Amino acid sequence: MITDEILDKYIMTIGIECHVQLSTLTKLFSGADNDARDKSPNSVVSPIDFGLPGMLPVLNRQAVNLAIKAGKALGSEIARVSRFDRKHYFYPDLPKGYQTTQMYQPIIGAGLVNVPREDGSSFDVRIHHAHMEEDAGKLTHFGDYSLVDLNRAGTPLIEIVSEPDIHSASDAKGFATELYRLMTYAGVTNGDLYHGNMRFDVNVSVAPKGATELGLRAEVKNLNSFRSVERAADFEFRRQVERLEKGERIVQETRGWIEAKQKTISQRSKEDAQDYRYMPDADIPPIILTTEEIDEIQATLPRLPAFYRQEWKVMELDSTVVNALLSTKSQSELVQSVLETGGVSAARRTALWILMVLPRDIDQVVRATGNDLSISEESFIELAAMVDGNELSSTAAKEIFFEMQRSNSSPRVIAEEKNLLQVSDEGTIVAFVDEVLSDPASTKAIEDIKNGDDKVIGFLVGQVMKKSRGTANPKLAQKLIRERIV
Amino acid sequence: MTLIADYIGRSARDNVLSAIAKAQDNEQYHALLSLTKERALERADAVDRGDITGKLAGVPFVVKDNFLAFGAPTTAASKMLEHFNAPLQSTAVEKLEAEGAICIGKANLDAFAHGGSTENSAYGPTKNAFDQTRVAGGSSGGSAVVTALDIVPFALGSDTGGSIRLPASFNGVVGVKPTYGTVSRYGVVAMASSTDVIGVFTTNVADAEQVMDIIAGTDPKDMTTLANFFIPKRTIESGKKIGLVKEFMTDDVDPEVRRRTLEYAQRLRDNGHIVEEVTLPIAAHTLAMYYIIVPAEVSSNLARYDGIRYGYRADGVMTLAELYGRTRDEGFVTENKRRIMIGSYVLSSGYFDAYYLQAQKARTLLITEFNTLFKDYDVLLGPVAPMPAFKLGENTSDPIKMYLADIMTVPASLAGLPAMSIPAGANSAGLPIGVQLIGQKRSDADLLALARSLEEM
Repeated sequence: MITDEILDKYIMTIGIECHVQLSTLTKLFSGADNDARDKSPNSVVSPIDFGLPGMLPVLNRQAVNLAIKAGKALGSEIARVSRFDRKHYFYPDLPKGYQTTQMYQPIIGAGLVNVPREDGSSFDVRIHHAHMEEDAGKLTHFGDYSLVDLNRAGTPLIEIVSEPDIHSASDAKGFATELYRLMTYAGVTNGDLYHGNMRFDVNVSVAPKGATELGLRAEVKNLNSFRSVERAADFEFRRQVERLEKGERIVQETRGWIEAKQKTISQRSKEDAQDYRYMPDADIPPIILTTEEIDEIQATLPRLPAFYRQEWKVMELDSTVVNALLSTKSQSELVQSVLETGGVSAARRTALWILMVLPRDIDQVVRATGNDLSISEESFIELAAMVDGNELSSTAAKEIFFEMQRSNSSPRVIAEEKNLLQVSDEGTIVAFVDEVLSDPASTKAIEDIKNGDDKVIGFLVGQVMKKSRGTANPKLAQKLIRERIV
Repeated sequence: MTLIADYIGRSARDNVLSAIAKAQDNEQYHALLSLTKERALERADAVDRGDITGKLAGVPFVVKDNFLAFGAPTTAASKMLEHFNAPLQSTAVEKLEAEGAICIGKANLDAFAHGGSTENSAYGPTKNAFDQTRVAGGSSGGSAVVTALDIVPFALGSDTGGSIRLPASFNGVVGVKPTYGTVSRYGVVAMASSTDVIGVFTTNVADAEQVMDIIAGTDPKDMTTLANFFIPKRTIESGKKIGLVKEFMTDDVDPEVRRRTLEYAQRLRDNGHIVEEVTLPIAAHTLAMYYIIVPAEVSSNLARYDGIRYGYRADGVMTLAELYGRTRDEGFVTENKRRIMIGSYVLSSGYFDAYYLQAQKARTLLITEFNTLFKDYDVLLGPVAPMPAFKLGENTSDPIKMYLADIMTVPASLAGLPAMSIPAGANSAGLPIGVQLIGQKRSDADLLALARSLEEM
């Protein structure tokens, strides 16, 4: 039994490799449609992707531009000269018998990512480099045969390789999540995790605390959610500690994550590792970039999470709220826009309303289709103003918020239709107050208040709100009740 | 010998039918793997109707069977691609067709262009146009022989380490290997991406200039093509400085080959040029570089032939490993497998630096030596091959001896330089001998103009 006490004697070290599919119109080296979602198998495959004899790659300039953007989002230097190489292995989903990648001179150099934690603190992860490469196709296995779909073959990827700077499963999840935010905010990927737009390989090694050398690592490949990154890292930590505690050695190997069983299993040991026979790809001239070209692309880089974190400090939101809001780019843009045009209070209220409908688990948000809020910035600002101006109770505002999502009407129209506008007219409220106070059910409460139990007044205000169907201004109702009892 | 001009203005149908008849009369040479008669006649009729026009309207030609072209399978002379019908055509063929030229057939080669004699064809060797007991040279043997036999006025070939120049010299025709990147490689079965070039066989230099003018140029489908630079030159000024490469004239070279080369040098002098002996010391190492770099690229470029998507697939396999192993064992010829093994070896971890990287460094030195020579000389001269065509079967059991035939052609390939083989007479047995001119990058038009000026003499 591995107790927390035992775990505490060890330190886990994690490095992450992340494949990001770039959202180009066409593939990395061909003119085939790069959007393979919902396409029938082998329907977006050009002769180049198919590996026909005599076909030559033509580098997609848009992919290079997106890679530069991604690199800038990672805080990396962009190489003035980068090249493509061939990585050889035989597999039916690899049409040319090699993957075109960047082994020796990648386009994206060393960088740094600052990752926020839920508690408001943050940590740094260094980026070793990131390189461009093409994706492989997909095999589907049936009993005694397998089918090949090359729709994905040739999709442009960047592979981001981190330094082993992470030491907990939750930080691994945090880093993966921040990479997701950076790549989607930079606009380089569609970020559809369900369709494999981003995939994570987690390298985990364990050593006794204070040890000067890292332990041998196991690599868990192809994780496609933040939660599985965390779970797999945690599982590996416990598995490796258990082995070390038993005096066993850690084997350097590749492992797979079995989602249904929430465990990793061994797939391939280092001894079976392939010799990829890397060599320069003579069919593709080097990518040569000028400072001007790089600057020009950097100038088009959209706002990144760090920008919003800084801007939103005035809203004094809890860090978990900020992180949750940052889970999708469209939400952040909305809140920022409300902040810029409607002010702090409106933005703060908007943030909290959004959070009400936001699933707590970001994986779910990302997986859900159509997670974008359909409500316009103007409606949010108007709704917030109505609350601030005592026209709506916060309860009524929530109700309107949900209705706005459904109907797309303006908050005032909804409020009027549903009769939710707060009444601040004394005469109208007095009528409700008198009705409540004359109700025999209120007699006990009135006595208690007279005897000094002031808290009970809330009950009477509640009754007034009920009678007025939530439209009475509660502060005014309380004042009127107090005036009549005392 | 007929010239391209002789075909122009005649009935295209007659041109095609007579070329095909001539091809059939010469079947014993085994220069062609297929005829594209049906398609050729359709195109000929379209030319005769005036539906297809162009500078080469109605002129028949042949392509080496590693060019993707319609009308017959593109086999690369291998069992692997025996039934492979190309869904598209190579850029070079498209450009010729756009000018009205008509492909009548596909020429034999060493399987996947691996070889110097066309004996490595999975369909049997091509015989020399001057002596059927001798090799055609290779790997573009079929293209050279159809040109030499006057079946067509020109044929396309590819040259990776001498595959155009060597068979041109063995069969007494002009063979042009342009600067790397002059002609698009799109649609040509790749051998070694860093040295493969597309070129042409003709009976005379002017025809080569005309075909090169058509097929040269930037192709958006081949990122390694150079910006258009090839413009044929009417005249060449005298006083060119020509370096006769000492290392190509050693005692290992057949005396009659040396004699013809020296005669050609004298003709250059007679024509007002200056010929001096120069030295290219690294030449002795180029074959070693070549047989590391090229097999490395071959092992990579041939990885796609796996029996999964097209081409040959072994029968009755039980596992994926067996599918790959047996498909590639049965679909490739011995020389293909030899080069794949050498290439895989020199790229493997632990050997990459010692072999591949070292060879690439040496290649840089070779380029530097060439550049140094070109500071003082316009053109370099030497033989194409150390000997005239050898006997069929003479070298098949000794790959090293076979590779030695490439010793004077691989330097220009590794350096990406334009080079050509020019007929320079014959030996006492009547076997043709070719001389080689090598120029600086992009000097192709000068090289051809120089060769033409001597031809006209």
